[in-house]
Amino acid sequence: MSEEKEVEEQSKPLVLEKLEANHADALLAQDESRGTVVVVVRKEQAYAVLEYLKTDPELAYTFLVDVTAVDNSQMESELMQFDYARFMVVYQLYSYHGQCRLRVKVPVHENDLSIPSVTPLWRGANWLERETYDMFGINFEGHPDLRRILMPDDFEGHPLRKDYPLRGRGERERFNFEKQNV
Amino acid sequence: MQGGLERATGEKMVLNFGPQHPATHGTLRIVLELDGESVLKATPHAGYLHTGFEKLGEHLDYNQYIVVTDRMNYLSPLSNNFGYVLAVEQLLGIEVTKRCQYIRILMAELSRLADHLLWLGTAALDLGAFSVFLYSFREREKLYSIFEKTTGARLTTSYTRVGGVLRDLYDGCEADIQQFVSNFPKALKETHTLLTKNRIWMDRTKGVGPIAADAAVSYGLTGPCLRATGIAHDIRKAEPYSSYDEVTFDVPVGTNGDAYDRYLVRMEEMIQSCGIVTQVLDNIPDGPVNLEDNKITMPDKSDAYGHIEGLIHHFKVVMDGHGVQPPKGDHYCATESPNGELGFYIVSDGSGTAYRIRIRPPSFLHFQALPHMLEGGMVSDTVAVLGSLNVIAGELDR
Repeated sequence: MSEEKEVEEQSKPLVLEKLEANHADALLAQDESRGTVVVVVRKEQAYAVLEYLKTDPELAYTFLVDVTAVDNSQMESELMQFDYARFMVVYQLYSYHGQCRLRVKVPVHENDLSIPSVTPLWRGANWLERETYDMFGINFEGHPDLRRILMPDDFEGHPLRKDYPLRGRGERERFNFEKQNV
Repeated sequence: MQGGLERATGEKMVLNFGPQHPATHGTLRIVLELDGESVLKATPHAGYLHTGFEKLGEHLDYNQYIVVTDRMNYLSPLSNNFGYVLAVEQLLGIEVTKRCQYIRILMAELSRLADHLLWLGTAALDLGAFSVFLYSFREREKLYSIFEKTTGARLTTSYTRVGGVLRDLYDGCEADIQQFVSNFPKALKETHTLLTKNRIWMDRTKGVGPIAADAAVSYGLTGPCLRATGIAHDIRKAEPYSSYDEVTFDVPVGTNGDAYDRYLVRMEEMIQSCGIVTQVLDNIPDGPVNLEDNKITMPDKSDAYGHIEGLIHHFKVVMDGHGVQPPKGDHYCATESPNGELGFYIVSDGSGTAYRIRIRPPSFLHFQALPHMLEGGMVSDTVAVLGSLNVIAGELDR
């Protein structure tokens, strides 16, 4: 991700140029992967950067395609790269104006799972952030209605975390077949 | 307020709509707060059909996961199969053969027709137009016969493979499809005569559940629901994948973003899909359907059973740690599914199983925007609006 070739530097995408000019201190890494620009942004400035990307008339990333997260706890290389931040919140953006995509990633540490909500910017962020909260336990600060969405309200745990098993949790306490059969 | 009815005063009534209501087509639930017959507040609830597809993706290998994609939007499984393998192939950095690309477009467009036909039938049925349901299911049945002959299944098609498709088109498939598309515009015209200028249909859908273009973008609407608001955005045009740049078609748009416009946009899309199918049939090249890369695609069955090399390749592809292994990295790939933008975000750690698969379903965001379209309207319009959005519980809850 950090290896930038000199050839590519000449035809730098507009969004990277503008971000470097206006939010250089927020950028942790940048990359162009398979035609999509990817930027990794500090959590503290994430909201400001996303707001800038949405409102800047030349960029106009007005369409928030998706919000999700990745639990990097079993991916050593990613962990090392961003100061052992366990989660990476991923925003997919699209600009109708420039017809291009952008991926914004924000590292989130396990000891501080809060990140500013982007619901004031995009109404569609509401459910996407609720799902990310449900599945990963990321706290979106300022979210109007941060409840579980896919799992039942009384569910414990966050199923898409890597330490959550595919099956088995909670089942065995309720059905202790071994004891009954003895 | 609306329709000249006076608003009942004072008392609010809470109405639970679904998850077993016949007009919800699946396990959708909306809690409506009513004042008389007008909707004050609508709260949609999701999750009744949550099956953990994203978690499963971290435990199945890349080819095994194709069967899971069948079950997302179960009205157009071929489009899901297509979108998923395209994401894996782009992650791998491979491009399938020309014939395969054309076959995939062909199947995706036919499944768009099947999806829109089912939508048309049920949306009209909800509003009491029973004949339309019979007409559209008659056409849909012809498509499902073609799917069954091509893929071996009507619903759980699992047709695509990483690097190709399950099998080439059967003998006489082109003739069957040609016959279908040459008759279809006439059949659709019957529906037009039943609905488009029908007084009842227009009263029930015109101006019902409107959404403005900027609100639609803010809510993340895609596909026909977005185009009905007047934004001519289609991923097949904006980011052409899999030879979509070699066919010509129009992107129909509406103006008001109401249920009637969503209906008109879908009707015109069906005609456009027919055009694409005809062009594909005219230009489909001969040649192999699967990539000749033994590390990615499975060998032909006769090879696997008849030659030792074929058998070894077959085992290699199937065995964990020897088959499809994309390089480390992540990729988001969006395709234009019948409902809108269906995206797969795949994170690979270099092994044969995805580290994380995220599905970006169009219905999830459409269902979220429902209160915006319902509030202030009449309770009977709930069914009309929900029908016009075509929310599929399978991809809503995954």
